[in-house]
Order: sequence, then C-alpha cells, then structure tokens
Amino acid sequence: MPLDRKIGVSAPVLSHDLAVAGLTKAYGPAAPVFTDVSFSVARGEAVALVGANGTGKSTLLRCALGLIAPTRGTVDILGTRIGPGATAQMRGLRAQTGLVAQKHNLVPRLSVLSNVIHGLLGQGAGPRYWTHMLAPAEARDAAMAALEKVSMADFAHRRADRLSGGQSQRVAIARALVGRPRLLIADEPTASLDPAAGEEVMALFFSLVRREGVTVIFISHNMSHALSYGDRVLGLARGQLRLNAPARDLKIADLRGLYD
Amino acid sequence: MTDRTIPARFERPSALAFLGYGAAVLLILWSFQGAGWSADRLMRSPPALADFMSRSWPPSTHNLGRLSLKMVETLQIALAGAVLGVLLSVPVAMLAARGLIAGPVVNSVVRIVLGFFRAVPDIAWALVFVVAVGLGPFAGMLAIVVDTLGFCGRFFADDMEGVDKGPAEALTATGARRIDIAACAVIPAAMPAFISTSLYALEKAVRSSTILGLVGAGGIGIELKVGFDLFDYPTALTVILMIAVVVIGVEQLGVLARRKIIGVER
Repeated sequence: MPLDRKIGVSAPVLSHDLAVAGLTKAYGPAAPVFTDVSFSVARGEAVALVGANGTGKSTLLRCALGLIAPTRGTVDILGTRIGPGATAQMRGLRAQTGLVAQKHNLVPRLSVLSNVIHGLLGQGAGPRYWTHMLAPAEARDAAMAALEKVSMADFAHRRADRLSGGQSQRVAIARALVGRPRLLIADEPTASLDPAAGEEVMALFFSLVRREGVTVIFISHNMSHALSYGDRVLGLARGQLRLNAPARDLKIADLRGLYD
Repeated sequence: MTDRTIPARFERPSALAFLGYGAAVLLILWSFQGAGWSADRLMRSPPALADFMSRSWPPSTHNLGRLSLKMVETLQIALAGAVLGVLLSVPVAMLAARGLIAGPVVNSVVRIVLGFFRAVPDIAWALVFVVAVGLGPFAGMLAIVVDTLGFCGRFFADDMEGVDKGPAEALTATGARRIDIAACAVIPAAMPAFISTSLYALEKAVRSSTILGLVGAGGIGIELKVGFDLFDYPTALTVILMIAVVVIGVEQLGVLARRKIIGVER
C-alpha cells in the first residue's frame, strides 16, 4: 500500500475518544516537529503510531493528551475541546486518561502499592492518596485488584526500585489502569525490555485494555506489534502524517517506507 | 578524508581568555593586599603561638561539668534549630522550585528571600534575635532556623527541579493536582538529596551554634569569649578542643547516617 494514503480528517464527535485536527508543533519557525496532523480514534479502538526516531511521535501524543501545548490545531479528548487555561476541566478529562511510558516512571523509593494508588489521584485527590498507609480501603482494594490483573499482587509491599524492568512495566500498567481510564497512551511500553519480557508485557497490556474496552494509542518500533495489536496504523515521517490505514490492510513492507 | 592530527595537549588560549586569566590573577593579588597579607608578621607569629600554647597547656579540667552542660545546650540549639529549619524549608522550597506548584513570580520572590537569609551571616541573625527575643539560647535557635531555611530552602528547590520528570508526567496524565504530584512523585524522588542536605545543615548548625554564644545567643561560645577575655587560656583551649571533638563527631555521624539511610557517601 502506498504511503501518503490519508483517510481524511474526522470531525470531533462523541464516538471518537480522541480527535486532532491541523495539529502543528514547532520549537521556533525553523524547527517544526510535525505539521498539520489530523486523525481521530474511535472508542475502544487500538491505534499504532509508527515512524523513525525523531519524527515527533512522542511529542504528538503528549500534545494529544494536553501535556504539551501545540503550536496550532485543535484537540478533542472524549468529546471535549482542550485548550490553555481550563486547568480544572483538563484535570477532569485526564482522570479518564492514562500514560504508559517507555521508562516505567514509577516513583523509586515508594512501595508498589503506593505507586498504583497514585493512579487514582485524578479521582480522589488529597493526602490520603499519597501513600498506601493513609489510603481509603476502597483505593487499596482497587490497587490490589489492578496488581492482581498484572500478576504483581505478591510484590505490593516491595519498593518500586527493587523490581526488574518487566515487573516495573507491569506495575506501571496497573497504575495506568487502576482508575479505569477510557483513553490510554502507551509510548513504546516495551522499548526498555528484553524481547521476551517485551512480548509478555505487550500481550498482557492488550489483553487488559481489550477486556476493559479502553481506547489505546501506542507507539512502537516493532512493526509486527503495530500490525498485530493495532486496529489501525498511523505513520509519521518527516513531520507529516503519511499513513492512516486499517492494520488488516497493511503488511510490514508497507511500514518500512516510513523509516527511509 | 578525516583530520587525524592528534589534538594538542594544551590549547593556546584566545586573547580574550588570556585577558580573563590575567584579570583573575590581579583580582587575587588585590584581595591578598586588602586582607593585609604580611609575610613579616607571619614569620613573627610562631613564637606568639608557642607562648599561647605554653600558657594554655594543659587544658583545664576544673570546669568540665559546667562546660559539658554548655556543650549540651549548644547541641540542643543546633538540633532544634536545624530540625525546625528543615521542616520549614520543605514548603518554602516547593514555592521556590520552578514548574512545581507556584508560578515564576512567586518562584523568583521566594528565591530572593532565601538568598537574603543566606547572605546575612548566622552571627548577624543571632544579634538580630538577641535584640528581638533577648539574650539566651532561644535567640541562637532562631538564628539557626533562619540560616537553615536559607540553605535548605534553596537546595531542596534545586533538588526538586532536578528530579526525573517521568513520574510527574505519568501522574499529570491521570489528572493529579500539582500539589499531589509534588507530594507523590517529586518529593519522594528528591528525598535522598533532602536527607543528605539536611545532614549537612545539621553539621553546619552545630558549627554555627558553637560561636553564637559570642554575641549572647546561648551555647558554649560565651565560655570561649570569657576564657580569652580573662586570659584563662587553659579553659579556652578546653572549649576549643570540645568544639573540635563535637563537630568532628557530628560530621562522622552524618557520614554514617548518609550511608545507612541513602546508601551513598556524598
């Protein structure tokens, strides 16, 4: 399938959990990261974002979650247009979103259980959620249930910096899922893991998000992951969205052009 | 073709750099002159020092009980002042740290105030608090609080700005408030640095508290002053030795505590 086959811009509608239109990010006039990117993600859909290093994939997804302000363009999360200044509204939206990063980003000196309870901060803010020792019983139960799902319940009291890479990423997934988000962004969640652990974490992650109907956008350099776990594949190359097509219509060879 | 010339061991400085080095040397020489450098007086000092040592040796043990009580008071001033200063430093540093809970204007104002606390020496703070709350250890403790706040407030803020931003970003993405992000992601990550800085603050407080007595702010310093004023050099030497033992002891405890609590020597 040729690159540059874009499937048009979708208008922000409620059945889309994420819609970006004309999104541009530039660090000064001479340093555009990406230009005029438009796509939408339907509820429950899993979308893979692929492209070579430095093409702005991570920046694009962080703009889509409102973590970085875009230079131009609009972002609608869960049917709500986000913009600067609406902090309380953003927090309400973010309580329904989550991020699993390349590095697990757990807080090193805290327990696994406290780290997972932190995933509930968007819903129950305040000092009681700062540590598992003070957390309400329902928050502790929810965190333990999330750890059960990733087979890490036995490690609840262990310090996060004493886990292996695969274990840490499982805990990061539990933290992202404990608040039952509707939209998750996964930025190369297996990049820091060895191939076996990476496969395991990917399979676990997608079995959970599929079961719970979470909308996912994930970045991956593993083309077979992009095609097997994604319903659709977005391809970013030289700052432009060059590919937006159903995964079932694509082959690995179709994606290679994005890395030229 | 690549240039495979071996780099010179020493780069020839630019004219501007050469001028800079020259200016630095002149500045240092000028400082020695301002500090009253005198080789003649330095050469004449060993006999005077030897005379002092002969008149002060052996150290006096007559007042050891009273001096020990004063040393305990000194340590109490240092510990109470350092603990209160460290506790106050955490919220103040949160306001001073850029991008944490407060905007840039608040960050700048708080950093300027902390800079002022640091710029005024602890002995001057002690004089101020002697005027404000009267003679005695309470004035000394308040001086230590302000000095510790200036020191820890700045370094805690720098430590928090320097932590890995990943955990904070992950919590931001779940809708956590800034204060929750600071409490859950930033402070725990900065905790080893906080502990290390706090132990330095305690060591610094112990050193400071030994001289605050010179201006009537409690502690053993007053005994040193009285010893010299009355030419009771054996007692003065006892005080100096006690201060040295306690300060070195606290420093060693600090090294031990750092190794035990955070697993590193800093």
